[in-house]
Amino acid sequence: MNNVLEVHDIQTFIGQYHILEGVSLEVPRGSITVLLGRNGAGKTTTLKSIIGLTPPKTGAVLFNGAEIQGKPTFRITGQGIGYVPEHRAVFRDLTVEENLRIAERKKGDLALRGDFIFNLFPDLKRLIKLPGGHLSGGQQQMLAVARALVPENTLLLIDEPSEGLAPVIIEQMIEAIRQLSAYTTVLLVEQNFIMASQLADRYTIIESGRSVKSGQMADLVKDGDTIRRYLGAT
Amino acid sequence: MQVSLSRRWQKIFSGRGAQGWVYLAVFALLALFPLIAGLTIGNPQAASEGAGFFEGLLQRAESGYAKFWQGMLIQMLILSIFAMSYDILLGYTGILSFGHAMFFGTGGYAIAILIGQHFNWPFFQALGAVVVIAVLQSLIFGILSLRVKGVYLTMVTLAFAEMFFILAEAGDFRQYTGADDGLHGFPVPAYLSATEHRTRFYYLALILFVLVFLAARRLINSPTGRVMIATRDNENRAMMIGFNTFWYKLIAFVAAGVFAALAGALSALFNVSVTPATLTTFRTIDALAMTIIGGVGTLIGPILGAGIIQLLGYWLERWFGANWTLIYGIIFMLIVVFLPYGIVGTLRRRSFGWKAGWARWKQLLTGKAAPG
Repeated sequence: MNNVLEVHDIQTFIGQYHILEGVSLEVPRGSITVLLGRNGAGKTTTLKSIIGLTPPKTGAVLFNGAEIQGKPTFRITGQGIGYVPEHRAVFRDLTVEENLRIAERKKGDLALRGDFIFNLFPDLKRLIKLPGGHLSGGQQQMLAVARALVPENTLLLIDEPSEGLAPVIIEQMIEAIRQLSAYTTVLLVEQNFIMASQLADRYTIIESGRSVKSGQMADLVKDGDTIRRYLGAT
Repeated sequence: MQVSLSRRWQKIFSGRGAQGWVYLAVFALLALFPLIAGLTIGNPQAASEGAGFFEGLLQRAESGYAKFWQGMLIQMLILSIFAMSYDILLGYTGILSFGHAMFFGTGGYAIAILIGQHFNWPFFQALGAVVVIAVLQSLIFGILSLRVKGVYLTMVTLAFAEMFFILAEAGDFRQYTGADDGLHGFPVPAYLSATEHRTRFYYLALILFVLVFLAARRLINSPTGRVMIATRDNENRAMMIGFNTFWYKLIAFVAAGVFAALAGALSALFNVSVTPATLTTFRTIDALAMTIIGGVGTLIGPILGAGIIQLLGYWLERWFGANWTLIYGIIFMLIVVFLPYGIVGTLRRRSFGWKAGWARWKQLLTGKAAPG
């Protein structure tokens, strides 16, 4: 099985709103794939549909070849998908350590991967006893990514890791994601095209709830027309 | 052995919040209260001739104001257990239940009916049954009501509690429940009579209070408790990292239900009466008010809130007569406006601000948002 994740023509409604009107994408094993598109195009909803927070009404989601759509979120993530939601979703009242420990799927997960995590984000080790709510924005984002690394995940979904971060922190985040991609496959949502182009191998563009274009990142960087048309950026 | 035991205790007492020795000091003070009360406000004539100092103290504790204030403290301890149980739901799991009185009332009715004329069960057997009934009740209603979230959950819990209120009031079961009169004068074992052995009952209430406090603290500081707090923070996030939050909410529901039922049973034993009023929404709102005044999401807060409400009710009624609830309402508003996180919560956050509170107060009275 070459693709860790395959999404086939999913349609998702939130309330009466038809948000995804046909999204398909593939995430090859070992790659970093990025979802691109304007604000409100449906990138975040695509991630949420994959892990079942907003389950798709039709279409199929295949994780390692098996259908996972329609299952409850905790079962989907339990199969080995880590999800880093947007807006630094840490537990504000739990300490950094508790935030990490709570993510253990098997006892000893944190002990096993703790060194790797603290190597990636040395700041977190210093802040280990502090409540999540007391961390700065960048530190919270690091904690949110770190939390997804605690259990053994074959796929990480990361939503807008650069959002609202200072440039120097973004550099750290890019470096961290590049390092962790050696161990796991990543599906990334990123508005910041520069960051996306530095990191990703593959891309899928979503426009008004439909996936309109997929391919190699290296080709997209050269394709000024597509960038202007769908992303409005250079 | 001793070392490991003391470590265990340290572990139980050293969670977040106040240091362990503060709790131990408060428990010690509560444990000594009957003796102190006997010495200071008990009737000196109550000690029998030839009784030793200690024996005399205990006899004096059963008299006059010493007896009365032990009764006040017993009620505070009962309310504290009830409020703590409520805070497991509201403060630690983020479930706003309007039906918590259901467990309190059912606990009271269960013990009264089981030791009463129809069943004549031995006391401890009946107390065990209260726990079993509470577990079953909270499992059933937890599974049913936790299917929905937020305000719908609140409404479902309210409906269940009303159901039990109507059942208790219905004439059809008068033989068992006493219908709208409730049950009075059921045979509480003589050795537990709060009128004959006030000090003994006080210690029973204190022991139960301490046990519930330690159990709740253990639960909250356990990995399960961490997931409960995570669920309160953000349920989706807790599910994302792989927790079926339903079970954690159910655990909170059952723990809260059992503790509330014990408080209800204790209250019925103390008053030797149980009425449909123990099943009303007002009972739930009492617990809500105690929790909010003391501080949501802390264990000490509800205890403090229970004490404050009990004392306020007593003193305000003495000073202002029948209209005391008006003053009580104003005080409650002031607390909510000036201490939005409750007493303990505001202390922990060190967030007390006259100015911010004053601005909220003006906004409340004038309906206008403060400038700036």
